[in-house]
Amino acid sequence: MRRLDELVAPVVLVVAAALLGSLASISNQTYFTDTLVKVSIVVALYVFIGNSGVLSFGHISFVALGAWTAGVLTVPPSEKPAIMPNLAEFLLHRHVGNVTSLALAAVVGGIAAFVVGIPLMRLSGLAAGIATFAVLEITYNLLQYEERIGPGLNAFSSVPETTGLRQAAIGAVVCIVVAFVYARSRFGRLLRATREDDAAARAVGASVYRQRLIAFTVSGLLAGLAGGLYVHLLPVNVNSVHLDLTFLTLAMLVVGGSGSLLGAVVGTLAVSAIDSWLAVAENGTSVFGLNLDLPAGTAEIVVGVMMAAVLILRPSGLTGGRELRLRGRIAWRGSASRAPA
Amino acid sequence: MTLAILNIDWQTLADGLALGAIYALMAVGIGLVFGVLRLVNFAYGQLVMAGAFALALASQWGWPVWAGIVLCFAVVLALSVAMEHLVFRPLRGHSPAVMLVATFAVAFLLQSIALLWFGSLGKIATSLASLNRPWTLSGVDIRKITIVAVIVAALCLLLLHLLLERTEVGLHMRAASMDFSTSRMLGVRANRVISFAVLISGALAAVVAVMLTVQTPLVTPDFALRDTIVVLAGVVVGGLNRPIPATLGGFTIGFATGVLGGALPTNQSQYLPTFVFVAVILVLLVRPRGLFDFSRSVERV
Repeated sequence: MRRLDELVAPVVLVVAAALLGSLASISNQTYFTDTLVKVSIVVALYVFIGNSGVLSFGHISFVALGAWTAGVLTVPPSEKPAIMPNLAEFLLHRHVGNVTSLALAAVVGGIAAFVVGIPLMRLSGLAAGIATFAVLEITYNLLQYEERIGPGLNAFSSVPETTGLRQAAIGAVVCIVVAFVYARSRFGRLLRATREDDAAARAVGASVYRQRLIAFTVSGLLAGLAGGLYVHLLPVNVNSVHLDLTFLTLAMLVVGGSGSLLGAVVGTLAVSAIDSWLAVAENGTSVFGLNLDLPAGTAEIVVGVMMAAVLILRPSGLTGGRELRLRGRIAWRGSASRAPA
Repeated sequence: MTLAILNIDWQTLADGLALGAIYALMAVGIGLVFGVLRLVNFAYGQLVMAGAFALALASQWGWPVWAGIVLCFAVVLALSVAMEHLVFRPLRGHSPAVMLVATFAVAFLLQSIALLWFGSLGKIATSLASLNRPWTLSGVDIRKITIVAVIVAALCLLLLHLLLERTEVGLHMRAASMDFSTSRMLGVRANRVISFAVLISGALAAVVAVMLTVQTPLVTPDFALRDTIVVLAGVVVGGLNRPIPATLGGFTIGFATGVLGGALPTNQSQYLPTFVFVAVILVLLVRPRGLFDFSRSVERV
């Protein structure tokens, strides 16, 4: 816990984004809130991918499960039959408040990650990548058709929209603090040791399997929380928590640098800034007196090019996988240029 | 008897066979590039998608069928070469995960371009529709494309086998996929072998594009995306390191998907992806190097 100063930069960035958002017009504020929710998702990704160096395409499943949990439990009971006609009996009359729903979303995400992780954490490399992809596809398929636990193909309308700037910022800071505490803990250190040198870490007694499982569970917990925040922001449907979000959040993590917490935050803010600006420009805007009206879909193309370019030119991301320290003078430290392997 | 119990008729079986054949070709295309570059090309489906759009455009312009197919090959091959030069080459030597994420980015990039260009509703490729009509064989309706797909796939695989086993460049490719640096020291020219593998892989993508557009003439930007995910799973399940296990893996998952999709009642077949991917996870846990890989090589990834 001595390196508390490494926590400063990510938190300051999040608070600054929230303050900037509070100055923006109401219609533009959504972009800032959305960005802050994505910070939570990407920080959740970082906890596992960044510390273990193992790729996961499956984390959006836990976001989806968190969204489903918080959504089902907060739709007003009078409206449940209209949105979710086939809902199971025991969910029909349950109703919880905002904070409880977020906590439960986190718990469900964590439990799901733990259960999925028990078999999956034995795998590494490409097998792990494909297996986590399989988890994403299974979750997508089940949520799509299992109408006893949610709205199926419909969107989660009527969920109280409690995720404003403040809630999104608090959620992001909570995720960052948890990720920081985890990374500085004995478990985080052991896991990063296995990332840097598997054989050496095993030789000093680190269990790769156990450390990965712990990280997977913690990151599932945060992803579930982020899903809860997300469903309270906008009417989520099953397609909004599938491949596109997986791609966007992975792009954010990779662009920022998957090796550090700061990278996760910087990447999210950078990609979101460009993405949101282009989304505004697609509806027509003026830059330096020039009228700009980009065709719809430009944002995806630019993000795709950005991600490919960063991977090719600077595979360890914008921050190079380093944290920012503020002890006396500003100095960079952290894992050397190490891409996710 | 067993067939009747499982509610599988010959038609379903034939459809499964055709899907298996197409997936086997995609598996070979992915496996060939992986062999020489150690790179899993997630964007392979978007090559197929581009070829399918070429066919759709050609039929919209009223081009004859052969011209459409030529255009399809030209587009897919050009795109493969561009991908190799702009993405694969700079990424050479990075870890497999970085390369997988990079091709993931390329896949989304190409899909967004298609979305911008053609819209989400897509276009219809009609020129080869006659192949989609059934052909009655002793009371069983079999679509002509089913037979064409199986024959074309068998032919492609045979040609590829001959190429790999009987020609010099094939020998170089096999050597490169066994041990790239050693084969370079022995005089295999890296760029040539890689370009060749990428070209063949692209040609296979074009063949797949033609056959898939016959089966589903509506071409949308996410055309072949789901197929690629399933094939990738199949390839990894089969064993990426060698061409034959990879092909078998692709065929198996295509055949299983096709047969189960036809045989299961609707309230179960909607959960087909779940069954398939649970099976994928189980196989990966039991045999992480691949179901059909019986070699005793060390883990590469």
